[in-house]
Amino acid sequence: MIDKFLPRLDKCPTGIAGFDDISGGGLPRGRPTLLSGYAGTGKSLFALEFILHGIERYQEHGVFISFEESPKDLAVNVASLGFDLARYQADGQLRVIQIELEPQALIEAGEFDLDGLFIRLGAAIDAVGAKRIALDGAENLFAAFTDMRILRAEFHRLMRWLKERGLTAIITTERGKDALSRHGLEEYIADCVIALDHRIERELATRRLRIVKYRGSAHGSNEYPFVFEKQGFSVMPITSAGLSYAVSSEQVSSGIASLDAMVAGGVYRGSSILVSGTSGTGKSSLAVHMVDAACRRGEHCLYLAMEESPDQIERNMKSIGIDLAQWRRAGLLNFHAVRPTASGLEMHLAMLTRLVDEISPKLVVVDPITAFATGAIDETVKLMLVRAVDLFKTKGITSLLTCLTSGGTAEEATAVGVSSLVDVWLTLRNLEAAGERTRGLYVSKARGMAHSNQVREFILTNAGVRLEDVVLDEHGRILTGSARQFHEELTRAEQKVSAADQERRRAALERKRHVLEEKVAVLHAEFEDDVRALDAELEREALRVQASGRALGDMATQRGSGQTTQHTPR
Amino acid sequence: MTDPKMKPTQYVLRLYIAGQTPKSLAAVSNLNRICEEFLQGQYEVEVIDLLENPHLAEGDQIIAIPTLVRKLPEPIRKVIGDLSDTEKTLIGLQLKPR
Repeated sequence: MIDKFLPRLDKCPTGIAGFDDISGGGLPRGRPTLLSGYAGTGKSLFALEFILHGIERYQEHGVFISFEESPKDLAVNVASLGFDLARYQADGQLRVIQIELEPQALIEAGEFDLDGLFIRLGAAIDAVGAKRIALDGAENLFAAFTDMRILRAEFHRLMRWLKERGLTAIITTERGKDALSRHGLEEYIADCVIALDHRIERELATRRLRIVKYRGSAHGSNEYPFVFEKQGFSVMPITSAGLSYAVSSEQVSSGIASLDAMVAGGVYRGSSILVSGTSGTGKSSLAVHMVDAACRRGEHCLYLAMEESPDQIERNMKSIGIDLAQWRRAGLLNFHAVRPTASGLEMHLAMLTRLVDEISPKLVVVDPITAFATGAIDETVKLMLVRAVDLFKTKGITSLLTCLTSGGTAEEATAVGVSSLVDVWLTLRNLEAAGERTRGLYVSKARGMAHSNQVREFILTNAGVRLEDVVLDEHGRILTGSARQFHEELTRAEQKVSAADQERRRAALERKRHVLEEKVAVLHAEFEDDVRALDAELEREALRVQASGRALGDMATQRGSGQTTQHTPR
Repeated sequence: MTDPKMKPTQYVLRLYIAGQTPKSLAAVSNLNRICEEFLQGQYEVEVIDLLENPHLAEGDQIIAIPTLVRKLPEPIRKVIGDLSDTEKTLIGLQLKPR
């Protein structure tokens, strides 16, 4: 969200995770920003992180003016985040000043101004060459003095003075009952106003941040959840990851060859897979196959076990022939057992982010995501999942989320809400027929890949998951379990019978041919005999003719003519 | 005018100003007037200009200018403003009950 239509407002990055994304780059540079919130919402931490990140990352020195906490307390507060306030101060990068206000020891006797404060701020700013300043709890000034006319004028002058000095400032204020601040500070700080909130939803504390106003800049107007983590203040923008991550065309195996075949050879690396199904349909079994396959490739896996303990999963999966212990020993498989309700959703997301950073997994399994919600998956949980999926995608991590559906008429309704976030959606369901319950699997969705539309029978064996081709009976119904087995055996028997029959018929034909051939041989022989008989007849005839001719010639010679004139047969 | 038999309470006062502004000048003259009238012979006044010595503002936690600090007698009391309100100045210095 970057302002495109106005002369670009110079932004001062806070370095606070997520905030710079939703504010288009940070706070307005050279201007004061009002940070409002009830006690304990993290105002001081936000302000202090803004100053410290400025030093650490942006080479901008800072001054932190505390109207409430002592520098000692502040140092302790941020030491757990890894910031050493004493070192920054010794290095001349930071000044922390506590302004102690003691209204009970003060009496006003005439005209005054706040030049003392200005002088102290000025000295601190000049001492470190500060570009950033935080006035934490500045509204306490109003409580310390009685002459509000002077105070308002002086506060106004203070804001102008900070601007003139080109300082990017955060002024924190306690939220009033109906106003952003008890003393109307928002009237003086018009450029940028941020509100922090802290509320309890479903018995879980949720912190929210909202940019109420940002003059001259577009900004995200939603309420963004935020957390305090080991790494500090972290705002979780819903869309910070955007959709600009690199996509992979590498396909990875699910560990089940027949399942890979259903999705054109395997799911894409970095894609998100949803496995939904009612209780006991084999969601976790499917998940561990994928884990097993990834570990075999030498890839790190993160398994968030939300309902079962890691040891329990390990033991159960042994029964289907998958040895997860070896991968745990090899350091490839990281189990992380979490009770979903132990902390707020934001904490879970923050924890996930940290684990992903630490482990750099190639595959993350969240089993099941439904454990995040106490009831149905609502918008809050969905948004959290969107951000989780975004996180995985930006890092090219393949993710498998299991989703427990409640069954009945609302079957899969839960999963539908989440399915738009994922690339591949596998549905497992119980198939009940002939007094048996078996499992069926089908691909409900597979983005960017050809996939089978068939329901497969999902069989858990002691050598892992097997997907069986569907068998249809003569009515086109899917046969599963023993019905399928029966059908298969019947078919096999029928095939056996027909094979024997064919064999028999072939033998009969063979015999027929034999007979035929014999007959042909006899006929042939008979024919040969006939031919020979005819030949002999013809020969005899020829000899007879010859002999007769000779006899006639002899007779003529005897009559003395030598020539035959008249032939008179005798 | 001091009574040699009784050891008078010594007032150590410090007036913080910032430059020669009308408010500062008014405070200096008002303080002198009040001291002469109510604390004759038993006070010391030190005027500190924070424009010249900004670091001195820390010690007495000075925010408002002018600020009059009663260092002694203890406890420390602060009166802010140009001290044009004599009544309030005396209350602040505990020379007069509230």
